[in-house]
Amino acid sequence: MSSDDLLNVSDLRVSFRVGGLSARLAGRATEIEAVSGVGFSLQRGTTFALVGESGSGKTTLARTLNGLQPAVAGSIRFEGQELRGLSNAAMKPVRRRMPMMFQDPVGSLSPRLSVRALLSEPFIIHGLSNRDLDAEVNRLLALVGLPREFAERYPHQLSGGQARRVGVARAIALDPVLVVADEPTAGLDVSVQGEVLNLLNDLRDRMGLSMLIITHNLHVVRQIADRMAVMYLGRFVEQGDTEAIFRAPHHPYTAALLSANPEPDPDRVHQRITLPADVPSLLARPSGCEFHTRCPRAQARCAVDVPLPAMVGESRLTCHFPLNT
Amino acid sequence: MTVLDVRNLSVAFHTGSGRLEALKQVSFSVPANRSVGVVGESGCGKSTLINAILGLLADNGEISSGEIIFEGDKDLARLDPTAMRALRGRRIATVFQDPMGALNPVLSVGRQMRDIQYRSGLSKRDKDARSVAMLRKVRIPDPESRLAQFPHEFSGGMKQRIAIAMALMMEPALLIADEPTTALDATLEVATIELLKDLQRDIGCSVLFISHHLGVIAELCDEMIVMYAGEVVESGTTREIFHDPRHPYTQKLLACDPARLSHRVARLPTIPGTLPDLRHRPSGCVFQPRCDRADAQCRADRPPNAVIGGSHIARCWYADISLAGVGA
Amino acid sequence: MREPLGAVGLTLVTVVVLSAVFASVLTSYAPSKISPAERFASPSLLHLLGTDHLGRDLFTRVLYGGRIALLIALGATAGSLVAGVVLGLIAGYGPRWLDNVLLLVFDAVKSFPTVMLALTLVTLFGPSLYAVVLVVMLVNVPGYARIIRTQTLVLKSAEHVMAARSMGASAARILRVHILPNIIGPILILISMDIPVVVAIEAGMSFLGLGVRPPTPSWGAILNDGFANIRDSYWIVIAGGLPIVLTTLGFTFFGETLRDLFDPRLKGRA
Repeated sequence: MSSDDLLNVSDLRVSFRVGGLSARLAGRATEIEAVSGVGFSLQRGTTFALVGESGSGKTTLARTLNGLQPAVAGSIRFEGQELRGLSNAAMKPVRRRMPMMFQDPVGSLSPRLSVRALLSEPFIIHGLSNRDLDAEVNRLLALVGLPREFAERYPHQLSGGQARRVGVARAIALDPVLVVADEPTAGLDVSVQGEVLNLLNDLRDRMGLSMLIITHNLHVVRQIADRMAVMYLGRFVEQGDTEAIFRAPHHPYTAALLSANPEPDPDRVHQRITLPADVPSLLARPSGCEFHTRCPRAQARCAVDVPLPAMVGESRLTCHFPLNT
Repeated sequence: MTVLDVRNLSVAFHTGSGRLEALKQVSFSVPANRSVGVVGESGCGKSTLINAILGLLADNGEISSGEIIFEGDKDLARLDPTAMRALRGRRIATVFQDPMGALNPVLSVGRQMRDIQYRSGLSKRDKDARSVAMLRKVRIPDPESRLAQFPHEFSGGMKQRIAIAMALMMEPALLIADEPTTALDATLEVATIELLKDLQRDIGCSVLFISHHLGVIAELCDEMIVMYAGEVVESGTTREIFHDPRHPYTQKLLACDPARLSHRVARLPTIPGTLPDLRHRPSGCVFQPRCDRADAQCRADRPPNAVIGGSHIARCWYADISLAGVGA
Repeated sequence: MREPLGAVGLTLVTVVVLSAVFASVLTSYAPSKISPAERFASPSLLHLLGTDHLGRDLFTRVLYGGRIALLIALGATAGSLVAGVVLGLIAGYGPRWLDNVLLLVFDAVKSFPTVMLALTLVTLFGPSLYAVVLVVMLVNVPGYARIIRTQTLVLKSAEHVMAARSMGASAARILRVHILPNIIGPILILISMDIPVVVAIEAGMSFLGLGVRPPTPSWGAILNDGFANIRDSYWIVIAGGLPIVLTTLGFTFFGETLRDLFDPRLKGRA
């Protein structure tokens, strides 16, 4: 936790209310904790990946950073400024420097706005409409490799890859410092994923951009992230240097995720770690180490004691019986 | 025996802006008890293919030529709607990407599974027993109590498994699976693929598996076809195609998959260009505008299917050029 | 046009609108000119629809009555639209407690039978054009507001709205740029199908004597006048009733066709 961290998150908690009065009276759980005490730091000029499956809390975490979701506890320090508890008005200049890209490439673009209007919007919102917006739109389209004519198109006239590029252009419009991208390759064909990843890497090099990528696609993580964290039921189970983790994962869940991606080679003998398929509900969290109900290495202690984060190798880990030590 | 034999199938749509050739002379077959994968990206015609097989083409679409021979004697392209409806759900079952396409949100799971068996003539108790057995097969825990529950009470992965159970309950000859695991997380996807493999062996049906996820096709399917812009550009066993792809599109597609990369690279491979406008197909080979090996012949004449060996064919003038063993 | 009903609807609507606009051109009589000598004249070349109990030319009264009907239909509808949209947006996008309050208000207003509303307002304001407009608005606004509210609630969690929020857009901007344009379409079509209802409300109120004051011509008033004399002078009732029927049918067909044409999900219309 040094002072030149761009983003510093510590002990962050986010909950949602699920039941109403009737549920509370019936004694049922009314709150779920989607993010339970998450902490990490992101250095300037690097890319950090948040990896997890549905229900892990990664999207909630991303949205909380942007202020779309209030945090119940913890701290989010961005460029030295505490973000938790800021009003919408106070968040506005922050949002200019930390924009967000959403999962659905076409769905995150307002259907009745042309590409020109979509790319002009950041300027208008932040009071910069006196700039030559046409020139800015052209500049942005060129940066993401789209021809000028695309300014007149509407979202439904764009392919997934093209819409994604417009999303990227919109995110970098005001020279941000950190881009938060939720599943940047989701819904894209394999041949187009490479284009988007190459584009993001180029922008990182050219603009000194830092990135926080949320994804469940581990192959993508390897190609773009310097550091990564694996999330399960709202907690980080392992975080550290990407290459190190890929070479030797320490947490059983990380290992299972890595082995779960079927490789396109019919002859490869699959040493697959198959987990019992169902993730526990957030309304009924397992005791002790929350992964113990699905862990192939679980022992008696795991159901009782909550593991505390510790450094194992180069990773920060929460596990009683880590792998590859 | 061949369960499905598609021969030279061409499908066209009449749109406001012209005639769109969505499928052009598509040919492949699905043998009994085998899995055939269909690989292709958006716009390759996979959905049109499924709709044509199931007789569900939109009003402005038509099968302009070709045959879809099912179980050796029925041509689905020419079957009347009543006969087609009798086949659907019984001899040919489908699983879609979104399980809610098969599940009615206002009916209990048990009720829906009973409804599927309406032609069986069994008593309600027997039907429920069969439903429970099927749910157990797809590894839904505590199946008896699940019959009374509604779809929204299940997670995404479980819903998909229920959809698979419903599809296979009537023991069809052919299961068409349209991207059934695309919306699922990796660990769920793996579990679902293993499940499909087991079920297929158990019930003895054939599977036509559509996906753009190469890894899943490699794992699940014995044979596969690669589609591009409405044509089959390469087909053969999965082993043949993954180890020795001959069509430039297949080669590029395999190279693009980040799962194939065992380390971080500076630039990820991509396929430059975009899909052609299917209202104005390119002359000659359909892939020629994006192919870096295209020459005058490729631009002038559509290549025939070149036989590479065994069942492996590729529609390319230069299909004899192999990349196998070249820094794969 | 592909839709014959729509063409019929459009024709009817056009005829009604044009005849109301050009009423002074199409007839030389004054709508309120009393001519006792010509009382109860049956339809003839001189009086295309005959005359009523005061000798007024019915054809003229029908044409000028069309002006009233359209004025109210369009005016009250526009007012309902604006009020419904504003209230619906606030209910959908604003805080929960405000939504609950507004819903209560909508339900309360909606639960009043139209006739009761009409009677109450007329008691307060006297029979007049304004009473009619107010009744129409009170009848329509809760329905429109509810629809807008539901659509707003749905779009509130749409990704493009989240994206706008994440950029720092204000609530006003989000409502104006990202939500409203995407939900206004169905409402406009709904309104065109509600115009017949408005016409009917006006006619009904005037029929009951709660609407525009005589001698202002109104189709409902003509109907009322004709009822007493229906056996001998049946043409008066026709003069009052026929335009109501034609206008209602016209707008209904037109509105339904509009709705079908704008439904993007209709297959095969790529």
